[in-house]
Amino acid sequence: MSKTQLEIRAGESADLVLRGVSVLDPIAGIDAQHDVVIRDGKVAELAPPGSVASEDFETIDATGLHAFPAFFDPHVHLRTPGQEHKEDIETGSRSAAAGGYCGVLAMANTEPPVSTPADVEALREDARTAASVRIGFLATVTRGMEGEELTEMASLRDAGAAGFSDDGLPIRSARLLRRALQYQRLCGGTIALHEEDPELSGAGAMHEGAVSAALGLEGIPSISESTMIARDAAIAGYEGGRIHVQHLSAVESIEAVRAAKAAGIQITCEASPHHLCLTDEEVRSLDPQRFKMNPPLRTEADRQALIEGLRDGTIDCVATDHAPHAPEEKEVPFEQAAMGVTGLETAFASLHTELVLPGVLDLGLLVERMSAGAEPFEVERSSLAPGSEANIALCDLAAEWTVGEDGYESRSANSWCAGRTLTGRVLMTLAGGQVAYRLRSFSMGVAA
Amino acid sequence: MRHLLSIDDLSKAEIEAILDRAESFAEVGRRDIKKVPTLRGRTVVTLFYESSTRTSSSFELAAKRLSADLVSVKAAGSSVDKGESLKDTVATLSAYEPAAIVIRHPHAGAAQLVAGWADAAVVNAGDGKHEHPSQALLDVYTLRRRLGSLEGKRIWIVGDVLHSRVARSNLIAFQAMGAKVTVCGPPALIPRGLEQLGCEVAHSLDRLGEADVVYALRLQRERMQESFVPSIREYAAHFQIDSRRLSPRQLLMHPGPVNRGVELSGEVIDSPQSLIAEQVRSGLVVRMAILYELLASRDGKPEPAVGNGAQATPIGQPA
Repeated sequence: MSKTQLEIRAGESADLVLRGVSVLDPIAGIDAQHDVVIRDGKVAELAPPGSVASEDFETIDATGLHAFPAFFDPHVHLRTPGQEHKEDIETGSRSAAAGGYCGVLAMANTEPPVSTPADVEALREDARTAASVRIGFLATVTRGMEGEELTEMASLRDAGAAGFSDDGLPIRSARLLRRALQYQRLCGGTIALHEEDPELSGAGAMHEGAVSAALGLEGIPSISESTMIARDAAIAGYEGGRIHVQHLSAVESIEAVRAAKAAGIQITCEASPHHLCLTDEEVRSLDPQRFKMNPPLRTEADRQALIEGLRDGTIDCVATDHAPHAPEEKEVPFEQAAMGVTGLETAFASLHTELVLPGVLDLGLLVERMSAGAEPFEVERSSLAPGSEANIALCDLAAEWTVGEDGYESRSANSWCAGRTLTGRVLMTLAGGQVAYRLRSFSMGVAA
Repeated sequence: MRHLLSIDDLSKAEIEAILDRAESFAEVGRRDIKKVPTLRGRTVVTLFYESSTRTSSSFELAAKRLSADLVSVKAAGSSVDKGESLKDTVATLSAYEPAAIVIRHPHAGAAQLVAGWADAAVVNAGDGKHEHPSQALLDVYTLRRRLGSLEGKRIWIVGDVLHSRVARSNLIAFQAMGAKVTVCGPPALIPRGLEQLGCEVAHSLDRLGEADVVYALRLQRERMQESFVPSIREYAAHFQIDSRRLSPRQLLMHPGPVNRGVELSGEVIDSPQSLIAEQVRSGLVVRMAILYELLASRDGKPEPAVGNGAQATPIGQPA
């Protein structure tokens, strides 16, 4: 079974010292102040704070700053090929790096969708020249996302597909999903599922509930998501297949995943920062730029259940579902606007501000869930343990910043955090052993 | 009042101020010359993305009775047909420096967006299934004239509440004026969670007798194709307001246009307890009052600099 392959732009391996930085890596069991010595793109040594002095390499006085294993996002839309006016590999990966990510998985619902080995190969080649973080490309489960025939999954794996997903659309046919899971035994590759029953969602534009009733907007009921999760978990269990459920939004969905996990089904799932921080009350503003996405923002009870699921491990990881859109697709009435918000640059800061600072979530747990998205797709997790490739997010947890004030690294501005003041900021990101990002105002080599 | 986007933005006192203003325009309507010079030299644009008879004609006539210059744009036959976005259309019309834009649009929040893009005062003349605040104001006006006050009155809103912007705005307005509202209809046509707006929900007309006012909504015939109701006949059998169900002491209202023989039987439409024609008459004076409050009232926003002839003239002086 081929291992998942990620691509990054070839560049200079990092050599630097993060002096006196607070290292927090829950998986490696590290929670202490160190001088982190990075040589030739690897974590060479965690030395006692203040002990390393080097004249040959850049030394950053990182006292008061935090170093985390860099984050991994298993769900982003880089929009290439076909919609480069929204995002491309270069801007999307820069956006990821600015958010402290060392790797992302790009969804296949492009124009045309990524359905052939040649599509995957072309994207990987582009990433080798344009990506500032490691990118894996998923291929579609069904040809052209038409939901009728399977793609050549084995050839796609051989071409380097990081997994499979028709994200943006559910796989309506239970028979087809079953066939894909049977085929998975041959070729591997996790199948990531956008769970939604189109019959129940109808033309819904937001969560069905008191707010949709007040606004006169057609609602998307929670059961649209949860019934499909229950169906697909049963199919995966029957075939012994492995599925990853994308962007959980509803309490019923968490119950369905919890039950599937308890039954021993190979199922993982993710939740997005916007579903963890916001509720459908926001939609009263009728602002599609920040608050229209699919699945929709749901109620406070749903949000609390998501937080609890993240805490108890029912939800394996945080994924942004970074979905860039051009202004003309969002500057229209709510029902007509495109679904989706960007999230890479603000994921950590928003969750730190909304959940860690008020004491709802432990910082270590958040850091763990922010990088855990690698595992369902057989990607090695980032680590600060000596010997690891340097994949590090350097953060100032006290820094306050207003989102959008200095623009975005992403080509699109439809951030759900636009205008919010967040506490905690990524200053620098190392990805694949290279310096992937440095905040413009973050000066270099300040330490003596 | 800067814009009229949602009835929810108005306090009871603000609603009453508009109704009082409408009363004074009703007096103007009884004169030989029914026109006042209040908005002379100012431009009102009506922008209708959906078909309309009552709302568009009454806003247009209201603007003319106030001596405004009127530009009426209908989506059909305009640049909208050529794919122009709402934002670009508003930018185009804004070049005429209108004092007010009256907009009807098939999608919720359209008026609010326009208010963000244009300098003009914006009137929401219906946005999707969201709100229709001028309808709510004219309905409250009609009832206040008939009942004196809505305080403690029981109002039943009956029919396809799910697809009705009138139901939403009226529910809010009636409750703001002190009435107790019950919405009634087949379960699939009452939005889930609506009771959180403070109304009662019923699925049968058994207790209709308790209502002082019955407000019936239009049932569009395509609703049965979508399985909201099995058939028009089944709907009428359970929810049609007819002379058997309506007692003589109850008032009947409907926003129009009526589907005769569906939500209302023919005999109740033409009965003396029907306020349907009265509602249309109220529409004109209430919409004059809305434009007045937005553009000429002293406690409105500062007058935009539009040169001579733009000063508010007290009503009562013929043009």
